[in-house]
Order: sequence, then structure tokens, then C-alpha cells
Amino acid sequence: MAEVTAVSSASSARTKGRPNPLTRNLTAKIAAIPMVLTASVIFVGCTIWTVVYSFTSTRSIPRLKFVGFDQYERLWSTNRWLISIENLAIYGILSAIFSLVIGFVLAALLDQKIRFENTFRTILLYPFALSFIVTGLVWQWILNPDFGIQKVVRDLGWEGFVFNPLNNAETVIYGVLIAGLWQGTGLIMCLMLAGMRGIDEDIWNAARIDGIPKWKTYVFVIIPMMRAVFITTLVLIASGIIKVYDLVVAQTSGGPGIASEVPAKYVYDFMFGRTNLGQGFAASTMMLLSVLIVLIPWAYLEFGGKRRD
Amino acid sequence: MSSVSVRDISLNFGAIRVLQDLNLEVEEGEFLVLLGPSGCGKSTLLNCIAGLLDVSDGQIFIKGRNVTWQEPKDRGIGMVFQSYALYPQMSVEGNLSFGLRNQGMARDKVRERVDRAAKMLQIENLLARKPAQLSGGQRQRVAIGRALVRDAEVFLFDEPLSNLDAKLRSELRVEIKRLHQKLTNTMIYVTHDQIEALTLADRIAVMKGGVIQQLDVPHTIYNRPRNLYVAGFIGSPSMNFLDGEIVAQDGGLVFRLGSHEVPLQDYVADIDLRPAANAVFGVRPEHVEVFQGDADGSKPTFPAVVDLEEPMGADSLVWMTLEGQQLSARVEASRRFRRGDEVRVAFNLPMTSVFDRQTEDRM
Amino acid sequence: MTDAALDAPRGPKPRPALSRRNVFLYGTLLVVSVYYLLPLYVMIVTSLKGMPEIRLGNIFSPPVEVTFEPWVKAWSSACTGLNCDGLSRGFWNSVRILVPSVVMSIAIASVNGYALANWRFRGADLFFTILIFGAFIPYQVMIYPIVILLREVGLYTDLFGLVIVHTIFGMPILTLLFRNYFTTVPEDLFKAARVDGAGFWGIYFRIMLPMSLPIFVVAIILQVTGIWNDFLFGVVYTKPENYPMTVQLNNIVNSVQGVKEYNVNMAATLLTGLVPLVIYFVSGKLFVRGIAAGAVKG
Repeated sequence: MAEVTAVSSASSARTKGRPNPLTRNLTAKIAAIPMVLTASVIFVGCTIWTVVYSFTSTRSIPRLKFVGFDQYERLWSTNRWLISIENLAIYGILSAIFSLVIGFVLAALLDQKIRFENTFRTILLYPFALSFIVTGLVWQWILNPDFGIQKVVRDLGWEGFVFNPLNNAETVIYGVLIAGLWQGTGLIMCLMLAGMRGIDEDIWNAARIDGIPKWKTYVFVIIPMMRAVFITTLVLIASGIIKVYDLVVAQTSGGPGIASEVPAKYVYDFMFGRTNLGQGFAASTMMLLSVLIVLIPWAYLEFGGKRRD
Repeated sequence: MSSVSVRDISLNFGAIRVLQDLNLEVEEGEFLVLLGPSGCGKSTLLNCIAGLLDVSDGQIFIKGRNVTWQEPKDRGIGMVFQSYALYPQMSVEGNLSFGLRNQGMARDKVRERVDRAAKMLQIENLLARKPAQLSGGQRQRVAIGRALVRDAEVFLFDEPLSNLDAKLRSELRVEIKRLHQKLTNTMIYVTHDQIEALTLADRIAVMKGGVIQQLDVPHTIYNRPRNLYVAGFIGSPSMNFLDGEIVAQDGGLVFRLGSHEVPLQDYVADIDLRPAANAVFGVRPEHVEVFQGDADGSKPTFPAVVDLEEPMGADSLVWMTLEGQQLSARVEASRRFRRGDEVRVAFNLPMTSVFDRQTEDRM
Repeated sequence: MTDAALDAPRGPKPRPALSRRNVFLYGTLLVVSVYYLLPLYVMIVTSLKGMPEIRLGNIFSPPVEVTFEPWVKAWSSACTGLNCDGLSRGFWNSVRILVPSVVMSIAIASVNGYALANWRFRGADLFFTILIFGAFIPYQVMIYPIVILLREVGLYTDLFGLVIVHTIFGMPILTLLFRNYFTTVPEDLFKAARVDGAGFWGIYFRIMLPMSLPIFVVAIILQVTGIWNDFLFGVVYTKPENYPMTVQLNNIVNSVQGVKEYNVNMAATLLTGLVPLVIYFVSGKLFVRGIAAGAVKG
């Protein structure tokens, strides 16, 4: 930073002591206009707009007629919203736990200087290249009771075998979870592996000399060292979960009935299907709120910590 | 009985031969330094002794036990790493005790060992801290402590000081030497820093290309380098090499440098000196005497022209041309030389080395 | 073992290929790999079967009689609720969305990243922070105001409107990617170029761009897969004849009319997944680098 100021003071000396803060780096400022517009108009402006309009009675045309928390009261008394929230909670918690655990274990297995590491990694990560739509449709087909796993097992002789998660209101969200994990754990595995590769080889050597078994080294040394990777990954998973939309649309269309609805779908349906914008705004504001609950402590930890270094 | 014995060790990574038929005997209580540039195989050799690398061939004995197939923890060694490799999420106390607790050692016994090591290294007041809260020197001390608590027979150091700044390095160097005097354990120490090697070692093994070039006490390594490589690697400023030939003259041998002849009757030879068409005369700058004006006449002198003077504080280095070849000499800082000065030089013959150009060995 | 007289412990420690560790390690990885590959396999075999065979057999059995009929039908004559000209329309729509979106988003984001890394100006950090946090705001919050903005400028349901949306939402991750990369370019190189009289664009085109081709490739991979796989923006900001491939695929498979043709559905699904899959398998390590750069440093 000191050198940057030195350069700037030199250039201002050249212009005979008339520093003009506006025209300095002018080209850079012009080049950054798209970023400035995106940040201010879209990310800040549009978000505030939606939050403000969520307190109005807007139905099909946005109108600034404030009704306080009416939209929220209606939202929280709607059965479909409550189911959406419950689904999101189940899906979110389980998917966070499973993807962290599976991702870490797979990364640890791949980290054993094994042969064909690249092949295994390619296989574990390829679902991540596929869209949620494709993922949802494939798993809808595999979990199809008349043709999929249930039928195959029944054909093998277990006549009474039942595995039909997508057509049962109680279990449908777990069916979605299976598909979601299949698509996403590869990414988590890759991030964990990158974290493990970042650890000094000598830590492992020191642990070997100390005679610490491998699993103990992972639990007591490596995992604590990877705390930052875990937290970042968790934030990533969390922000992804809240956006879950296409997977449900493709795999179950929210069914059976409304058993697998999620908040993002609620927003879309009320905004564009039922033209009840006010409900959509309130629901999306709730989504924003839940992201903030995850994000703010993380940002505090991450960036508060960095400043101290 | 030797403390560590390395017999015919080879190590290949695929087609690359990192170590070749290497033998090394380290005596009980000896401080041995493995010295060489990066990539010479010195750290690899240390990792083989530690058991962190599997050898391709050969055997390793520690205290008479064949440990070739044994896990690092069973070899009776402690090791200090270049990057310290402290467990960052544990306190200093945790770092020191983790291995012992893991062996199932009783709590009070662990306590006792940790306290003893902490006292020896003067880190008692740091026990509750995390590694991130320590200075580089303190971390290094903790890393040594972790090796210390293991009550190891052999200590292995892998470039332990190279991450520290120059001042701290020289301080810790002295401390490691004191520690060795106190503990009298066998220590094997890897470094690329020749000052560290010369100051610490009982014996130095100079390595290059996976082969030990010379293994001897520092004094011999410095004064009787076995080949051109060792001669050039050790010493700063480095040794002068003058090309010429060895010829028989008047019943004795002389080193012919262009039109001049350096008589070799005072030379201390390793093997029988014989005439050679291609030879190298090696002399360290401090063994070159420079005369301005008249020489005392007691020994043969040769004419040279001064190129430049390099003051180094305590003394100066004078660069000269002798028979078209570069030559440097260490002189008192008070003496003044100018470019173009004509001087005469004399060599301290018993301290010089003559090498065969073909085999590069000292004669 | 410890007898020095014996020659036995010599050379490398013998490690049997079928040790318990190896059996566990490779066994686990093999089972997991099969599980991960299964859906791809099922897609392929189903898409190559005829409907009678699907009704009789099980989804894991390879096709007895290989037929490409479902692929042809999926591409050219499968029906959504509205029309029956197959996925081809969606494919070309996706291409028409993809190309300008990728070019525009990368052009803008790379210049942004460059300005942030090398031409720091007052307020830059503030906007950058907003941009990064913006990446975490659920799209649903911003969707509707953007509809209004696009409608105002007459681009709502227009493909170019969708291109703008992709550029906007690709900006946080790409800007971060480029900024992080450009900060690793030695500061001295940048200073030397300035001393030589090069300006903002001169340095960008002559020094930064040629030095950063790998990161551009990473960005392209990231954007192509991301935009191709998008569903939400496609369905919100376009009209049915402009629907991208993912939206059309969903409409074909989940259309409630007519008899379900699972083989056609799977062929259509595979077709849609083909573009990102090919990119993934061809790009290999760069793909991993892209997602890791995007995620870890975020």
C-alpha cells in the first residue's frame, strides 16, 4: 500500500499539485461501471425493493400500499409454506451432515496415495457437471416403483419389497435427498481433498514418528487444521440448499400433493403461477433472512479473523 | 558399536536413482552433518533413516537393531522438521505430550517428561500457548522438545534452522550445540548451510547426486577436500582454482602455471603425486599472501595485477589476474589496493590442494 | 526380526497387494464408484431400449435390441405441452443464450477483476464486498424487480434479457476468480509496464490477457456448465418458444399428456446432460480447478 501511495503522489506532483480524485484512475472507474451497477442496482436495490414490497398488499401489480406484517402472517399460516420450511429443514440438515461426512471420508480415501486417483475423482465428481433437472429426472426414473429399484429387487424374489420414496408423502423428501447427495458430494469431496493437500506433509511425518495411528491423526490433527475448509464448505452447502428449486421441480414437481414443496418453489409459484406477488415477496424475504442467519456469523468469523493476522 | 549404521542403501523413485549404494556409520554420541545442495539426497537419506521412506535396497541398523522394516515410531528416533510441523490446534503442552499419551503412558509420567524437556529448552512459560502465538525461534524449540520427550536414542534434524533469519539462526545454532553436549545423544543433522555444518559437526558428510563425496571431521573437509566438488562447495569466499600441469623438475615436482613454476616439495599429498598434463591448483584466499613492493625473499613469489578490491569488514578480498587466471586473496582490511597495481603473491603450500582435472580427485 | 546377523529385513518392506488396508480402501472406492456411475449407466441403457423391453425387463439390464429411435424422437419430435418438435429447438435456444452470455460475462468480469487487482480506486472494495455477498442472496429475492427492469427496457422474454441476467449473476464468482488470479501476477511487472507508458487497456490486453489464458479457460468451463444447466432464469425470463434446453427437457419429461415414453425421456435427459459432461471429461483438472477456485477462496 505504501508503494501505491508513492506512485500516486508522484503523479500528482507531475500535475503541479492539483490532485483530482475524480479523474485519477478514470479508465478503471469507467471499466468498473458494470460491477458498480450490479452491486448497487441489482444486489442492493432489488433486494431492498423486494423487502419493501413484502410489506404491501401487492397482488398482481406492485403497489405501495403498506399493510404491515399481513403478508407474513398469512405466509406463516399457510400449510404449504409450513411444509416447505419443514422439508427445507430436513433436507438441509441431513444434506449438510451427509455431504460433509461422505465428502470428508471420500477425500481421506483418495488422499492415501492410491492408484487411479484421477479416475476415481472423475467418477465421483461428474454428477456435479449435470444440472439439477437432469439429476432429478434420472433419479425419478431409478426410484420409479414400477420399473426401478423396487421392481428389480422384487424380481429377484423379495415379493414384498417396498422402496417407493417418491410416492409417499412421508418419505418423498428423502428421495430428493438421495438425488441431491449424488449430485453434490463430489464437489464437497474435491474441496476437502484440496484442503488436505494443503496440509504440510511434515505434519504427517511428525505424527508417524510420534506413532499416532492414521485415523487418530485425521480426527485430532487434520480435522482441526481444516476448520476453515469445513466452515467455508458448510456455508456453501447452506447457501445452495436454500436455493433448491430445480431438483424438486424435475424430480417430484412438489408432489405427491404438496409433500415435497420447498420455499424457492413457493416463491416462484406465487409470483408467476398465481400472481400473488405479495406472498412471493414475503416468502423470498424469509429466504433472505435465513441466508443472513448463516452468513453473518460466518463473515464475522472469516473476515474478523483475517484482519487480526 | 555404531549408533546408526546405513548399509548399501539405494532408493529409486521410478527410474530416478536418488540414493546409490550408500554406506554410513555414525558413532555413539556423534554429531553428524549431512551437507549438500538441494536435491543431493541428504533429506532423502534422513527420511530413510527415520523410516518415513521405504528404501529400495539395503539395510538400516539403529543401536545394532535392524530397523529396515520398522515403523518410524519403533526406531527410537526423534525428528525435527524444517517447517516445525507442530500440531497447530494443540497447545505447546499438547504438542509435546500427544505422542506419549497415545502410547498409553501414565499421566504423571507424561507430565514429568514434558516438564523436563520444557525446562531444558526454557519453554516452561510457553506450555499453554498455541504454536501460532510463538515466534519462529520458540516454535523451533518446541519442535526440538517434541523429539526430546520421546527419550530417543537418535535425533534427526531436517534443516531445522533454514526458516529463521540470520541472527536467530546463529543463536539457535549455539543452542543446539549446547544441547548436544548436555544430552550426548547421537544426532544427524541435514543442512545446505556450510557454516552450520562446520560449526556443529563432529563429522561432515558432503553429498552430491545421492553419493557421499567425503566424510570426515570439519578441519579435514576444509583443508584436505577429497575432490574438486567438495573443495568448491566448502568455504566462503570460495577456493581459487588455477589450471596448469604437474611436471618433474630437478628431482622434485612443480606445478607449472604458464611461465611460472610453483615448487611442490611442501605439499601434503593424499596419494603419490605424479606428473599430470591437466591439473588444477586449488588455494583458499586466506592462504594467498600479497606483497606490495619487495617480498621477503624466503619463498617463491609470482607477479599479479590487481583487478578490484572487495572490503568485507574484518578483512578485504583482493581480486587479481595471474597468468591470465583469476585469483583472490584475503588481506588485512587496512591495506589499500588500486586497479592496475602490480603485486607479487605467494602460496601457503601445505594448505593447498592439487586436483587431477580428469578424475577431479585430490592428489 | 531384530537379529543383525540375519539378512532378512533388507530393502523395501514387503507389502502384499491384497493387504486388509488395500482391500478396504479399493473395495470402498469401487462400491462408491459403482453407485455414482449407476444413474449414467441406467440413462444410457434405458435410452437404447424399446418401450416393450422396458415394460418387461429391469432398468439395469443392458438392451437386448439396441435402438436409436428414442434418441431421434427426443431430438426431433418429442412433445412438450405446446409443441412437438423435440429438444432440438431447446438446444439451439441454449446455444443462442450460451455464447453471448459466456463472452459478455467473462469480458466484463475479467476487466472488473483486473481493475480491482491492479487499479484500486476509492470505493472499489465496498462494491466488491457487496458483489461477493450478493452471490449468497437467494435469486428469488431479486427475480421480480429484475422482471420489472427488463420490461422497462423492453427486453423481458427476449433472449438478450436472459444474457444480461446471466452476466449479472455470473459476475461475483468470475470477478473473484479473475481478481484472485491477477493479484498473483507480480506487482513489479505491472509497475514496469506503467513506467514504460502502458495505460489501463494497454496493460490489460498486452500483459494480463496473454498471461492469464488458463484462468480464462477455467472461467469458460465454469460459465458454460453453469449457464447450460440453468433452469430458473430460463423459465422466468424467456417465453416458451425461447425456452432453453433444461426447461424444455423438464416440460417433455414431466408433461402429463399421453403415454410416458421412458426411453425417449432418458434419451432427452442424456442429450441435455451431454454438453456439460463432454466439457467435464475433456477439461479434467481445469474443471476441478474452476470449482475449487470458485468455492474455497470465496
